[in-house]
Amino acid sequence: MVEHRPWGNLFAHSILILGVALVLFPVYIAIVASTQGPGEFLRGTLPLVPGSHALDNYRAMWETGLSRAGAPPAGQMLWNSLVMALAITFGKLSISLLSAFAIVYFRFPFRLFFFWIIFITLMLPVEVRIIPTFRVVADLGMLNSFAGLSIPLIASATATFLFRQFFMTVPEELLEAARVDGAGPLKFFKDILLPLSVTNIAALFVIMFIYGWNQYLWPLLITTDPDYYTIVMGLQRMTTAADGDPQWHLVMAAVVMAALPPVLVILFMQRLFVKGLTETEK
Amino acid sequence: MQTKRMTFPGRWLPYALLAPQVIVTLVFFIWPASQALYQSLLREDAFGLSSSFVGLANFSRLFDDAYYLNSLSVTAVFAIGTTLLSMSAALLLAATVNRLLRSRDAYTTLLVWPYAIAPAIAGVLWWFIFNPSIGIVPYVLDMLGYRWNHRTSGTDAMLLVIIAAAWKQIAYNFLFFLAGLQSIPQSLIEAAAIDGAGPVKRFWTIVFPLLTPTTFFLLVVNVVYAMFDTFGVIHATTQGGPAQATNILVYKVYADGFVGMNIGSSAAQSVILMAIVIALTVIQFRFIERRVNY
Repeated sequence: MVEHRPWGNLFAHSILILGVALVLFPVYIAIVASTQGPGEFLRGTLPLVPGSHALDNYRAMWETGLSRAGAPPAGQMLWNSLVMALAITFGKLSISLLSAFAIVYFRFPFRLFFFWIIFITLMLPVEVRIIPTFRVVADLGMLNSFAGLSIPLIASATATFLFRQFFMTVPEELLEAARVDGAGPLKFFKDILLPLSVTNIAALFVIMFIYGWNQYLWPLLITTDPDYYTIVMGLQRMTTAADGDPQWHLVMAAVVMAALPPVLVILFMQRLFVKGLTETEK
Repeated sequence: MQTKRMTFPGRWLPYALLAPQVIVTLVFFIWPASQALYQSLLREDAFGLSSSFVGLANFSRLFDDAYYLNSLSVTAVFAIGTTLLSMSAALLLAATVNRLLRSRDAYTTLLVWPYAIAPAIAGVLWWFIFNPSIGIVPYVLDMLGYRWNHRTSGTDAMLLVIIAAAWKQIAYNFLFFLAGLQSIPQSLIEAAAIDGAGPVKRFWTIVFPLLTPTTFFLLVVNVVYAMFDTFGVIHATTQGGPAQATNILVYKVYADGFVGMNIGSSAAQSVILMAIVIALTVIQFRFIERRVNY
């Protein structure tokens, strides 16, 4: 800070407190709503202080879900989300590490061509090719399966670029020393490159996990069997039902459960998250 | 593109290492995209039994279609609204946080977590707050004399989805603005202060111009976000309604193709969207080169 302005600081704090309050507001309301009894919403407006039905609501949502809305128990949807998010994360990380290794440490025909093929994935998000991608997955018999939920999403240009950039900064001497000592490419990759990449892998893990957990359109397209519903996409069924038949206390309990895992990941791994976010955009 | 000076010999190994990534890309990205290109030139009959080559007819039909033109303008309003709201709120917060030393990290933690919220969940949260019968905001607005109803008013619905989409994106913009602000040399700001420029004047004459690369980069990223990543916001709340008022392009592709089964038209819409993403990606990569040169 350049000069001492006590009023300036007070002003700054008031702007920030207002900003934080606005950012927190919807989540506070969701938490409050998830603790109300079923009758509260019929009376007009929502109370602004927590009620006493938190345990009942969360247990009901976790164990039985909203069967009338065609939504399975939240516990199961959370499990599906976790499996999908982890499969996407590990898939993205492993295939990107391998392809970055090939691109940096080998010279071979069509290297640039492969690099461009990987780059193109950036330009083709699922949203712009919904039906043909759905057909491919249907033809491969991957509808309603964890393979179908994760494999089509694991190609990653950003992760490949990040690892490529990082590998370029690894000192040449390490490779020379490894080759003098007789290490082959796979041994070099496993014993030298992977341990050096741990921080980058962890930072990307945070970003990819959030990406995977928050998938919405893809599970919506390829799951028709409630056993494979993920929590983020299952919510939508509950809200459309809730409009006619107010079960907002249960829906908001599901919202809180759906949002909690990725929020916790960010809060506990904030440093890695910021690193991952800023590095992948370079 | 460079490799290491010294590389491993290997005839098959590099291809084997690349294979998983390339196979996934070919099967799930490039093949479907080429199918979309191909289908955009065909028209299926009403029963999906036969299809004939119609050239660019699907495209010309789209641009004669009032619904599609409406969707284009709705998307523009939505993307511009979301980008402006989210970026200006984030810039205000980042510039303010940057003044403070001791509490900077605490405020940052409190402001970044919405990044983790899925767009669909952000939509549901705001949908609930703005619910015309039980929501808090319509209750307050009613006392001020405004009857909020996003089920009947297109303007209200548009405001709702813009707020929800912008809310989720503030965290991202905030982090990049804060990083940009911290890389501005302190000496420039001190020199201006010695010359008698107050905080507001310093911001507009020194800080904001030096932030231009970050701002450009974020503009592109936010437009991409608003156009492509907000499907969940729309689908979980307004579903394009009321009366097409929030029917953005990605939602329309889904509704026409996956729900309405109009393959040719949906494929043509996909192709147009692809062209938009490609253009935006090219712009993004050109600006990123400039982002580092302060």
